[in-house]
Amino acid sequence: MQDQAGRVAAIVERFRGVEGAALPILHAVQEALGYVPAESVPMIAAALNRSRAEIHGIVTFYHDFRDKPAGRHLVRVCRAEACKSMGSDQVAQGFEQALGIRLGETSPDGAVTLEPVYCLGLCATAPNAMVDGKLSGRLDGTKAAHLAAGLQP
Amino acid sequence: MGMIHEIDFGTPASTSATMVSLTIDGQKVTAPFGTSVMRAAAEMGTSIPKLCATDRVEAFGSCRLCLIEVEGMRGTPASCTTLVAEGMVVRTETDRLRKLRRGVMELYISDHPLDCLTCAANGDCELQDQAGAVGLRDVRYEPGANHVAKSGNPLFQAKDQSNPYFDYDPAKCIVCSRCVRACEEVQGTFALTIEGRGFDSRVSPGQHESFLGSECVSCGACVSACPTATLIEKSVVEKGTPEHSVVTTCAYCGVGCSFKAEMRGEDLVRMEPWKDGKANHGHSCVKGRFAWGYANHRDRILQPMVREKITDPWREVSWDEALSTVATKFRAIQAAHGKDSIGGITSSRCTNEETYLVQKLVRAGFGNNNVDTCARVCHSPTGYGLKTAFGTSAGTQDFDSVEHSDVVLVIGANPTDGHPVFASRLKKRLREGAKLIVIDPRRIDLVRSPHVAASHHLALKPGTNVAVLDAMAHVIVTEGLVDERFVTERCDRDAFEHWASFIAEERNSPEAVERVCGVPAAEIRAAARLYATGGNGAIYYGLGVTEHSQGSTTVMAIANLAMATGNLGRPGVGVNPLRGQNNVQGSCDMGSFPHELPGYRHISDDATRAIFEKLWGRPLDNEPGLRIPNMFDAALDGSFLGLYVQGEDIVQSDPDTHHVTSGLSAMECVVVHDLFLNETANYAHVFLPGSTFLEKDGTFTNAERRINRVRKVMSPKNGGGDAHGYADWEVTQNLANAMGLGWHYAHPSEIMDEIALTTPSFAGVSYEVLERLGSVQWPCNEKAPEGTPVMHIGGFSRGLGQFMITEYVPTDERTGARFPLLLTTGRILSQYNVGAQTRRTANVVWHAEDLLEIHPHDAENRGLKDGDFVRVASRAGETTLRATITDRVAPGVVYTTFHHPLTQANVITTDYSDWATNCPEYKVTAVQVSPSNGPSAWQEDYLEHTHESRRILGRLDAAE
Repeated sequence: MQDQAGRVAAIVERFRGVEGAALPILHAVQEALGYVPAESVPMIAAALNRSRAEIHGIVTFYHDFRDKPAGRHLVRVCRAEACKSMGSDQVAQGFEQALGIRLGETSPDGAVTLEPVYCLGLCATAPNAMVDGKLSGRLDGTKAAHLAAGLQP
Repeated sequence: MGMIHEIDFGTPASTSATMVSLTIDGQKVTAPFGTSVMRAAAEMGTSIPKLCATDRVEAFGSCRLCLIEVEGMRGTPASCTTLVAEGMVVRTETDRLRKLRRGVMELYISDHPLDCLTCAANGDCELQDQAGAVGLRDVRYEPGANHVAKSGNPLFQAKDQSNPYFDYDPAKCIVCSRCVRACEEVQGTFALTIEGRGFDSRVSPGQHESFLGSECVSCGACVSACPTATLIEKSVVEKGTPEHSVVTTCAYCGVGCSFKAEMRGEDLVRMEPWKDGKANHGHSCVKGRFAWGYANHRDRILQPMVREKITDPWREVSWDEALSTVATKFRAIQAAHGKDSIGGITSSRCTNEETYLVQKLVRAGFGNNNVDTCARVCHSPTGYGLKTAFGTSAGTQDFDSVEHSDVVLVIGANPTDGHPVFASRLKKRLREGAKLIVIDPRRIDLVRSPHVAASHHLALKPGTNVAVLDAMAHVIVTEGLVDERFVTERCDRDAFEHWASFIAEERNSPEAVERVCGVPAAEIRAAARLYATGGNGAIYYGLGVTEHSQGSTTVMAIANLAMATGNLGRPGVGVNPLRGQNNVQGSCDMGSFPHELPGYRHISDDATRAIFEKLWGRPLDNEPGLRIPNMFDAALDGSFLGLYVQGEDIVQSDPDTHHVTSGLSAMECVVVHDLFLNETANYAHVFLPGSTFLEKDGTFTNAERRINRVRKVMSPKNGGGDAHGYADWEVTQNLANAMGLGWHYAHPSEIMDEIALTTPSFAGVSYEVLERLGSVQWPCNEKAPEGTPVMHIGGFSRGLGQFMITEYVPTDERTGARFPLLLTTGRILSQYNVGAQTRRTANVVWHAEDLLEIHPHDAENRGLKDGDFVRVASRAGETTLRATITDRVAPGVVYTTFHHPLTQANVITTDYSDWATNCPEYKVTAVQVSPSNGPSAWQEDYLEHTHESRRILGRLDAAE
């Protein structure tokens, strides 16, 4: 945490004087640490002269900000309307079965986090998923299992 | 009686002068520009269904219940966020709206427990009311995901009962955000948020913490704002909803908040801040709203008691015996030692009427002027300084004035702790963009807290106020920032010229005083320029100004600054003392000082004396009497032997405790009239049980000169065998009659009539006027029949404003090798004064003991760790307490509060005092701090004496 605190402090310092810095700081912290530790919230609040509650409200509002580190691989399955109508249930099931975890979980060895996402902005190729930042469209259960199998432990 | 029902207009009032006409449900109405349709409808008597809207906070538009139809507009806009427009035609009730509202309500109810009959808010629940208003008859949703079911439900959160005064039940929350917005907009603490989103949204104190563990200051704004039982007072849970309510005034600080005392029979259920209260506009703090449990505390003494010697146990007696004992002893002392050998002390906690009677008892009954009051030890320099400069011993503004301020200078005050409701209003103005300058040795919360930051914090060395204020004036004079027109038209020009040439001398420049006060010259210059040129400049100050050897000089330096910059005589500006106690302004107004009759008229003034002599039928002494410290001097000389102390704990609150206790010990008859066996009662021979503010009628005058009614909501409990108890004014009257004075006031209104008859600034005040206007600010007379919110408009009370030379003279209390640190004292939000009341409430969870704040450098030099017991020694004495290490204080400065009797911070304070008024120099004491193992010998002796002197014959559990 000492190192973490130092890194958060450096990020906060980088945005000193920038208006509306809360989101950029939170993105930078997540980028640097892989998540937004609860301990960083008071530091960010103090720097921005906001309350802990306010920063907590922002962090928890956005599902993208996580309160603990994700697995080494991140699989996001779109569960929004267009994908759902085109079979996102099968895609999700395909991932779940192949990885042995449910949506919203991380595998016990920390290899993979599987989570729902609400629209990847790619409805034309529904159903979609995003694996480690890379988009895949027109998926089904089999293709999902195949993608899952390709993940290094 | 019945409940006082306040209309909730849904959104705050608009202050615009432009009027807009529209039609609502076929009726033509006009409303100020910027008014919401919801409010315009409410003002014509139509309440549109609503849940997330309340006039305490800005419109939010989230509940979707207040929908309306507007001709020519598409859809069904929310009436809370839709503003009135010229010619608008609005319908508040149609089939379509009814259907929409029912649908919305049905969704709310699908995730709300249906336990209304056993719910604490049953009958006082807006969700219940609105479900009725929209005609909800059925909930069609099958049980599904919800926050209500307790077992096997990951969304269920248990009740948070951590706060001692209210519960938070997330299962009942409809996520209207009213609590979050109240915390932000009204209180300004920002302790709450909505965490998560959508169906997961929940109210979260701090970072998903308990209320007690969060930044919450327990002001109660969220509880008042909550439309359901989600946030509800524990007292309502326990006792049920109140059945009648009475408007009264808080008996804590000088803000003087109005509350509705909500009752069941004679049982107080809750104190709810009153929206029409002109000091607080519906806001409150933890003390006034919640900390009233002391009124029924088991430590309260309800039976009169006497004893021969202070080492004897107390003997419970009848009222008759107690009062005749006092009368006999007082008369015997006077017979043996002359009429000047007894005196009285009035209370700043009691009503104006009670204070008036005590000074009348002393002047007319004792036949001398030996009357003083606790203002001696707090704001006597304010009285002296402001009277000299402006001609009136009081603050110049009302609290509303801060809404028009552009630059606020806070010096020697800590409003977020001492005057929290005013602080909330100040913070609101600061969030709107006003600038803040703080002059204080300590980094008070206002210097930097969420959404508030001081432009300049001049962290001066304790005792150098005058040097800093003179340096600011130097900048204003030498840089040509004086408001020449104001000075020429409104002030004594010769006095100004004399002052200006003094202040312009190089020795008063920021560069010259930098070494003395420790504030960088550039900061002083910048602060002075901001105050002089930033628009409406207002100064608020507290005991950090007055409780110094140069307290009166500092008040005059403040007045000089305000006059030189023309910051007087209109809203938004002024010089505003924040008074510590509920009625300290009133006790001063009522002639509590030994040299002044009511209305600040000198006792030597024959014409004034004649008014009272005629009415009271006795000659009055034309020589000022003894001040409090002189009473103790005289006691030690053997010439002052009897004292009647009403509602004040001088042993704990006055400086140099040794001097006070030895003075009291030398007296023959000390009479303490109080709720509790306080520290002073340890030295008393007669104890007269007092009544609380809930048990009496009367008035309090707050820091803005506002006379507020105090109304009796329960019978006094201090009957002591008699058929009924006595309000404090009745006790004083009975004592006067035991001494043969023949008083016969039947009600405090008759005492107020006498005050009005004798005192020009109160000439227009009567209970009838107070009933009609709600409250009134003195002067209230022929010239100002409805009172005076802002003083000195167009001219000062004394005529021309008086500039006074304010030479900085360092205090004799200096640091040296033996006592290298400067101790200064203050107070904390949850406790009040000597703590007699607040220590007997659950407020102790926030502040269980007094702590010594010390800078990390000073702590390290002494090998101190956080929480260590330390010995604090001064030339006057020593005490021990625990240390807390913080950089809120500068190196070389230590700080503590004085709320707990065992700490006895005043054992250390010295007998140095203000040159003009004897106000003690509490704020500067040279001390040494060293590690300690436990209580000092003095503390141990004192504890033993306390225990001994609180024994009551026939009772095993002697009260504290």
